Amino acid sequence: MSAAAEVVGTGTRRRDDALAWLRRNAWTIGLVGFLFVLFAFTRVIQPRYNAAGVQGLAISVLPLALAAVAQAVVIISGGIDLSIGSMMALTSVVSATLMDGRSDEFAIAVVFGVLVLGLALGAVNGALVVLTRVPDIVVTLAMLFVWAGAALLVRSSPGGSAAQWMRDLVLGSLLVDVIPKATVVLLLVVAVVWIPFGRSRLGLSLYAVGSNQLAAFRSGVSVGWTKVMGYALAGLFAALGGIALTASTGIGTPVPGPYTLLSVAAVVLGGVSLAGGRGGVFGPIIGVFVLQLIRTDMTFLRINTNLAVVTQGVILIAVVMVGSLIEIRRARR
Amino acid sequence: MSVEARMSRLRERGGIRGLFRDQPLIPLILLLLVLVVVIQVVRPGIVTPSWLGVILRASVPLAIIAGCQTLTMLTGGIDLSVGAVASMAGFVTATMVNSPGGVAQGIAISLVAAALAGVVTGIGVGVFRVHPLIMTLGMSFVVLGLANVWQLTTVQTGSGVPASLRSVGSGTIGGIVPMSLFVYVPFALLILVGLRRTGYGRLLYAVGDNPVAARLSGVRSWQVLVVLYVISAVFAAIAGLLVSGLTNTASVSLADSYVLPSVAAAVIGGTSILGGRGGYGGTIIGALILTVLTALLTVLGLHEPPRQILFGAIIVGVAAAYTRVTAES
Repeated sequence: MSAAAEVVGTGTRRRDDALAWLRRNAWTIGLVGFLFVLFAFTRVIQPRYNAAGVQGLAISVLPLALAAVAQAVVIISGGIDLSIGSMMALTSVVSATLMDGRSDEFAIAVVFGVLVLGLALGAVNGALVVLTRVPDIVVTLAMLFVWAGAALLVRSSPGGSAAQWMRDLVLGSLLVDVIPKATVVLLLVVAVVWIPFGRSRLGLSLYAVGSNQLAAFRSGVSVGWTKVMGYALAGLFAALGGIALTASTGIGTPVPGPYTLLSVAAVVLGGVSLAGGRGGVFGPIIGVFVLQLIRTDMTFLRINTNLAVVTQGVILIAVVMVGSLIEIRRARR
Repeated sequence: MSVEARMSRLRERGGIRGLFRDQPLIPLILLLLVLVVVIQVVRPGIVTPSWLGVILRASVPLAIIAGCQTLTMLTGGIDLSVGAVASMAGFVTATMVNSPGGVAQGIAISLVAAALAGVVTGIGVGVFRVHPLIMTLGMSFVVLGLANVWQLTTVQTGSGVPASLRSVGSGTIGGIVPMSLFVYVPFALLILVGLRRTGYGRLLYAVGDNPVAARLSGVRSWQVLVVLYVISAVFAAIAGLLVSGLTNTASVSLADSYVLPSVAAAVIGGTSILGGRGGYGGTIIGALILTVLTALLTVLGLHEPPRQILFGAIIVGVAAAYTRVTAES
């Protein structure tokens, strides 16, 4: 009798857990659904859109997706990093310059070196935010100039090269030709770095600091240290983004691309609250795919590419509007 | 002991720090003077009345756009669409030079377009509570895209910057006093007096300092915000007209490079990005500091890369020092 009740109990608990998980990830799941609808729509308007198209999409979103993950980490911790694009430019030129004409083995060392460089750049951003007490947006805005200048110091014009194995890593597909290698690499890399981090004490602190700094401090979380680590992790992902840029284009470009602002857009689309403390890193990745696929669709529909920019802006605003309307209604209840 | 005596005792104990805390403009003006002295030492004889005129002329558009940032930052917001709106205004006016209405029509249309963009931004921020960063970022995409579409659809009838704008933007009186000051001085007075002496100015501080308290005192925040973003967009458009006159070019990305420095100028000038604290006086000095700093880095013969690095480092440094000096307690 009691055993039966227990079985029923665990059954409902498991169902409750599943429901809670669904509710927590409702936004991301909805976004994935929307992405599939978008893929279907793309097939309808352009029947020739096939595996090659998906691969092209996967390669073109790779740097922006990593930038979005970097931005998501910082925004979850309650900050914002406007220097991500510049850090990507810096790490991209450093990797391309060092790899130029060297062996594959040396390139592996370069990759690890550049990742450490990214961690250091991010840690500098974070340390400045914590030590100077100047708002995040101002510090990272200024660091945008610093890192971009440093990138130009390394190399004044695009050049250098990427190791062949790096290019092979992102080009082509895996097993079946609708699974692009670039996406597998992206998900693997993000999972390997983020999942252990997110489950650790530090990851929990990151969310705590983002949602309520004072409460986190009073619960014994070291706020400054957590923030610095958040920025350092963002720097690491930005460095991965820079390496991805080098790998997908084959050269290093010292001028920052439009990654910083687009990453903010993708993060918001991915269900991360700009107020901090809420969201994950996989939603933003889906957000990047959605943004890029909409662009592709507009090309297929032969819509003026400038109107595509307008549409991206409108979608961004509309998504946030819907999100904040939901928040307002929830708060009223 | 009388209250006055106590107060003066307290102030004495505060010393220079106390003075700086009470009068945050003083350290800024000192920094500006130091920069001018340094530039004079590095290149003796460079500081002349006409050089000052050049610096002023270059500062005017930045100071106006930084004014947009100051006003929006006072309410706890930020306006990243100023670059796109300013470029759009300069560009649209330039394409309308040969239209029947001429320059006046072009200016009128661009100002109305800017105001429309401001209304939409204001409704998004004020009514739908979209984060200002996102709202203005999205709006800048929209404005930029529409300006590009305009560029393709408009018949290229010898678009060029109209002579009248050129003379206002880059002309001088006697080679010293820039013409743009005649636009700028009334503008600056309007903001300075408006922020201190008008009810609307105080409302901006109230909404930024404590939104809940403002709402409970009967302030309709959304109305304040809609008006604010319209003002900001129109100011940005005016700045865009001056930039196109100053540089004698008109393109859809003309004023993009002003966005980040405008935020920096407002921050250096002591306006808090969190809202409720600051003013336009500091922003003016901030814009001058940035312009003189750029001139100094150029005079030093530095190439672009180290110039950018120093520029960023100095912004962090000044902002940090300022936060420390003016911090409570």
